Amino acid sequence: MLSHIPQAAQDADPNISLAKDIIGTCVHCGVCLSRCPTYAVRHEENDSPRGRIFLIKSMYEKGGAPDDKTVEHLDRCLTCLACEAICPSGVEYSKLIAHGREYVERHYRRPLAERVIRGLLVNLLPRPGLFRAALAAGKVARPVRGLFSGTLRAMLDMVPTSPLPHPSPVDRPQVFKAEGQGAGTRRKRVALLNGCVQTVLDTAINEATIRLLQRHGVEVVVARGSGCCGAPAEHMGDEDRALPLVKANIDAWLREADGPDGLDAIIINTSGCGTSVKAYGHALRLDGQWAQKAARVSAMARDISEFMAEIGLNVPKNPHNLRVVYHSACSMQHGQRIVNQPKDLLRAAGFTVLDVPEGYLCCGSAGTYNLLQPEIATTLKERKLRNIRSVKAQVAASGNIGCMTQLAGAVGIPFVHTVELLDWATGGPEPAALAGQALALE
Amino acid sequence: MQMPQPDQSVINRRETLAAGLTRIVGAQWVIVDEAERRPYQCDGITAYMAMPLLVVLPGSTDELRQVLRFCHDNAVKVVPRGSGTSLSGGALPLEDGVLLVTSRLCEILSIDRENRVARVQPGVPNIKISEAVHHLGLCYMPDPSSQLISTIGGNVAENSGGVHCLKYGVTANHILGIEAVLITGEVIRLGGAFLGGAEGELDLMGVLTGSEGLLAVVTEIAVRLEPLPEVARVISMSFPSVEKACECVGAIIGAGIIPAGLEFMDRKVLDAVAALIRESFDSRTEALLLCELDGTAVEVDALVQVVNDVARSQGAIETKVSTTQEERERIWSSRKLAFSAIGKLCPDYYCTDGTIPRNKLPEVLNKMAQLSEQYGLDYANCFHAGDGNLHPIIMYDAAKPGDLEKAEAFGADVLIACVDAGGVLSGEHGVGVEKRDLMTHQFSEIDLQQQQMVKCAFDPGELLNPGKVFPTTCRCAEFGRMHVHKGNLRFADIPRF
Repeated sequence: MLSHIPQAAQDADPNISLAKDIIGTCVHCGVCLSRCPTYAVRHEENDSPRGRIFLIKSMYEKGGAPDDKTVEHLDRCLTCLACEAICPSGVEYSKLIAHGREYVERHYRRPLAERVIRGLLVNLLPRPGLFRAALAAGKVARPVRGLFSGTLRAMLDMVPTSPLPHPSPVDRPQVFKAEGQGAGTRRKRVALLNGCVQTVLDTAINEATIRLLQRHGVEVVVARGSGCCGAPAEHMGDEDRALPLVKANIDAWLREADGPDGLDAIIINTSGCGTSVKAYGHALRLDGQWAQKAARVSAMARDISEFMAEIGLNVPKNPHNLRVVYHSACSMQHGQRIVNQPKDLLRAAGFTVLDVPEGYLCCGSAGTYNLLQPEIATTLKERKLRNIRSVKAQVAASGNIGCMTQLAGAVGIPFVHTVELLDWATGGPEPAALAGQALALE
Repeated sequence: MQMPQPDQSVINRRETLAAGLTRIVGAQWVIVDEAERRPYQCDGITAYMAMPLLVVLPGSTDELRQVLRFCHDNAVKVVPRGSGTSLSGGALPLEDGVLLVTSRLCEILSIDRENRVARVQPGVPNIKISEAVHHLGLCYMPDPSSQLISTIGGNVAENSGGVHCLKYGVTANHILGIEAVLITGEVIRLGGAFLGGAEGELDLMGVLTGSEGLLAVVTEIAVRLEPLPEVARVISMSFPSVEKACECVGAIIGAGIIPAGLEFMDRKVLDAVAALIRESFDSRTEALLLCELDGTAVEVDALVQVVNDVARSQGAIETKVSTTQEERERIWSSRKLAFSAIGKLCPDYYCTDGTIPRNKLPEVLNKMAQLSEQYGLDYANCFHAGDGNLHPIIMYDAAKPGDLEKAEAFGADVLIACVDAGGVLSGEHGVGVEKRDLMTHQFSEIDLQQQQMVKCAFDPGELLNPGKVFPTTCRCAEFGRMHVHKGNLRFADIPRF
């Protein structure tokens, strides 16, 4: 599609020049509309990928501050990337929307309330200590949540009612040796991104991941200085807050990679973070000092399911013939195009795997989307719950904490991370969510 | 391409009209803001753009009816739009016209298994019907390449075809009844929700099907459902030349076979879809035919053998038969996404849609190659070979001055060549604005006039989608035919039977 973005704007900002090229690859065929969750809810071109490409094109053509309506529609995008995955013309929508959002944040002044809430999220989520404190405060305020509406209400609704797990000892920087007898049993050495929110909300995921890897002869290091991947800030177009986190991770992991023991991969067990780490190379491509280092890290990044599929799963010790419905997170299937590996692994571990109807549709979690756009998020959540329930499974599994938080409380069956099932089947403990129920189910 | 001169006095009334429409559908569904109107400037052809006066998205048939009546009473033009995938500019907006979008009317109203009929709203994407009845072993056969998102209402308006229309027929063969709203807001119902429901009435359903939004807006469609074929397999045949592939098309049909689909892709298209199809092709391949055979297992096995033998005797380099349903679906999805995939080869493309008698394929394809050289523009070919429905894809760069005009002229010459070879301007994309000015090449004056009189019978004020299909206004006022207005006959004193 032809655009008329002024040359001066392109010269001043390489991301605008890139946007022009990306817009040029769109032929306006409309196939993306068929996969877009906001279009499925709103049926309105402005809330479709094709419409947003047009809005971004107009925003750059016009220059200056974007108008309220353009911002409203760009905000409504879940960044699920189902559009990019199906696009036959190869339009790189993820880059277009990411840079478009950065442009919005630089040139548009949001109303005070929005600024406060966005600032709060960007500052809280990456810091487990603060996030934990905020959840405690939220718990106090939860009984009166009826007094609030919009994002505040959504935030209070998200506060877990059950007690939070204690911080897990595995989330401190350390090395976990590979299991096996004698020297030379170590097959691989990997760094694990233990994440931010995940270390507060569900410590079992990292614990299961580490056990699973150790059992398969892999040494795992939680690198000192690594932490939040930067996605929460990046999703809100806040590059200034995202990049320091990105750089801290790059430094932490490359220190390991260049150390005496080296590093074969960087393992991520939250697909939302995985998409983000795999895009480090792009995010820093114009920074002479960081470009190469960032590209190295992105090249080493692997989702845990990708990595396990590469090294092969041990024969299960305790096969459990449960009917598992696998919910593929958008960041998994669209962002990273990891479709079959998690399901193949679950099957290899002895489970019966079922797909979710309309599996391409986002569950509405989408990072902080469920907090910022509660209305659309709730509609999508209910649709996803209906679809998951329709296959009558005994357990639901996914590879992304965001989706689990969004769905677990309401789906009516235990909801666990894929690695918890793989760990259990190959000799680990029964996932807590299943405790006592598994035998009855079988 | 000229559109009717916009009426500035209507544009000046934008705010007032928006207020009136807001009372019908609610503020959320009337788009007035300029930034939000921009994404509606074009449909599947980006070469033609116009800012709509307003965009309205009714949420029910009743709201749609009121919107049309409001526009009629205020003498405002209306352009209907589904998902905006038209490749002929059928949903190109008018600066002084309301863009009426049916995408919110997307419910499947009922599924009648015994009578094999589904009643659907116009905004339902084509593929959703097949998905909804798959568990009953049924499907909706017409499958335009845009079926993932193109709406059934739009399919009716364009009388869409698709890969499988060679054996099963086009949209017109699969609808049993429709409800449509006239520009006056009056509702007409044609046919019924069962086979034979349209017997005993003038075939107005046939008139509305393919009328490109010029006569009425369809609000409900009763579609025929077909049993899913027990077995379907696709055989892909690669040829060292375009001619050999074309000759093979004739030979397959000549052998007495009506394949479920018979598709042609040239080398350039193959290269564009290679990633989607996940297959490599013999380097000598210049053209590929995809032939689908369906029916019972015994039948399909026998037909596959015959087609394979025919292909070999016609000089095929290699032939492959799909072994799994997944493989078959992947091959078809690559074919259906082929147009869009061309976006990888060039900044812009223009795809047109002439249809010719099958035996003229080699002749017209040669002409195309010659025109490509003459205009200095590259092109690719991907079309429904079985029914001679050509889709040359002309590649150009809209950023290069004069390139679009060259592409348009190239396309027009191809269409003229189609008509001269005894064919027609359009197979399934419709005339829209794209082929409008060539209509006089295919039709004589009296042919066109007769069609325009039908338009006048439905829409004497020429408010519905003007500037499309016909190269001139219909001059309905001059025809001065008797028509009914809000139930009141003009000339009520004239004796009637």
